[in-house]
Amino acid sequence: MIQKEGKFQSHSKNFLVHFWMLFFALLAIGPIIVIIINSFKTTDGIFSGPLKLPDAKTFSLDGYKRAIQNGNFIRNYFNSTAITLGATLITVLCSCLAAYGITEYATKLAKMIAGFFTIGIMLPVTLGTVIILKMMVSFHLLNTHIALILVYVGISVPLGVILMVTNFRTISNDLKEAARIDGANEFKTFLIVVPLVKPGIAAVAAITMLPIWNDLWFPLILTTGPKTQTLTLGIQQFVGVHTNDWQALIASLVLGAIPLILLFTLFSKQFIKGLSDGYGK
Amino acid sequence: MLRKRQRYLILFSLPALAFFIIFAVFPLMGTIYISFFKDSVFVGLANFKFLFTNEYSSTRLLGAFLHNCEFFAIAASVQIPLALFMAALLTSGRVQRLTGFYRTVLFVPSTLSVVIVGFIWRLIISPLWGIIQYPLLGEKATALPTITLMSVWQYLGIPLVFLYSALLSIPSNIIEAARVDGASDMRIFFGIKLPLIAPQIGIITVLTFIWTFNGFDIIYALNGGQPGPDFSTDVLGTLFYRTFFGWDSDQGNQNLGAATATIIFFIILLGTAAYFAIVQRRLKVSQL
Repeated sequence: MIQKEGKFQSHSKNFLVHFWMLFFALLAIGPIIVIIINSFKTTDGIFSGPLKLPDAKTFSLDGYKRAIQNGNFIRNYFNSTAITLGATLITVLCSCLAAYGITEYATKLAKMIAGFFTIGIMLPVTLGTVIILKMMVSFHLLNTHIALILVYVGISVPLGVILMVTNFRTISNDLKEAARIDGANEFKTFLIVVPLVKPGIAAVAAITMLPIWNDLWFPLILTTGPKTQTLTLGIQQFVGVHTNDWQALIASLVLGAIPLILLFTLFSKQFIKGLSDGYGK
Repeated sequence: MLRKRQRYLILFSLPALAFFIIFAVFPLMGTIYISFFKDSVFVGLANFKFLFTNEYSSTRLLGAFLHNCEFFAIAASVQIPLALFMAALLTSGRVQRLTGFYRTVLFVPSTLSVVIVGFIWRLIISPLWGIIQYPLLGEKATALPTITLMSVWQYLGIPLVFLYSALLSIPSNIIEAARVDGASDMRIFFGIKLPLIAPQIGIITVLTFIWTFNGFDIIYALNGGQPGPDFSTDVLGTLFYRTFFGWDSDQGNQNLGAATATIIFFIILLGTAAYFAIVQRRLKVSQL
């Protein structure tokens, strides 16, 4: 018989747990909410009562207007989107292929390749920057989207492969055998199996996108030109010039954060799965 | 047959391997290689000797290393117990329907870029807004701990998610059995759950070590490449950037930069290897 605690005791314990969790939740998003609130205020409103909601006198959308009109903002947004999507797409593709190969043709070499990628997850690739820069200069890829995409795929692929391996392992052989009996070649068989690992693909995509969108290091080194600058670097430089236009500054921070917060809220399950599967194994 | 399988394996793995080797492994190896050169002349360990013995650069190197140790010590000792506490609450069975909500909300800061995190916190603690009067970022003693705590705030969700799934994967019959024996929540947590997830706590500590010693973003976002006040927030990452690229009057030098990167790489390698050789093995043994 399981010992049941008293009803009162149980309720008060539940209350205590919720109290703590609410406290932490508030600590996590409170500062973000404060910034979002202030993005809708006039400069006076921002500084006279930073924690107050905007009222009729302090409400203003000028920050957003000026943030968007700022010459580079839309272009930076586009650059970040193109680089993030491009690198994520290639990462997913390469990871699926390699993971399928590793699970399907499980030879000794396959084990070695898997081990190679496992070590790769922890590799501090930024320390290779001196050579990466040299390479990009000699390929004439400096200040291009391609430079960043290539580097990001190289960094993201190990985790992607390891994650996809755990996914491909769950697929039974029946389907593959059936496809082969029907005369499908190895690549066709792969294409038939891929739809079955869609949840894994979503996890890889989610976990690949985040650090790429937010990266500051490689844009700072490979794409400093105004035409190929990313959003994160653009905002960093905006913050760095000690502008007095606090309204536009705060609005552009909010605009820069929104895509990933939205994406994460929508795909939080896949994301969390990717994170715990990838590093936990 | 084996040869055919081997050929397909290589064919399927090739694109991923190519990207990984060309843009991650090769640059790292190449960096170590050119750290033995000076303007394409082989100089042996001269670059390292310079970094370790030149008065200015050795001071900076030692300073950055110690700041990294502090960064790691604060991050690990605050972040991991806090994440463990939250994960324990989330898996206590007392949160129920709100579990997903809390998990998502607590992770949101990790989706922001450091540029945004740095700005948000600098504004909140700035005397301009008046919530905190003390110039936390302006004083040598408090600047680095303050930045570390910002980073803890941002990335808390990662160890949380990690420990949360570790706790969830504990078979429920073990917990039930303990409960039948009349063990309290506290006892179950410290006596059963905690020892069982010790290896995961170890892994997240190593990852924190790698991430903090490889860290650059939050410091650069707040204080630039020559992080003040008076280098008190300079870490190995910013030192590497400065040595390689230069900053203000400091001229950049790619061989010295490569040597700095090599030193950082070996610090990370040694720390990680030591951990796996000494701690992780023991944890697995004690589990049996």
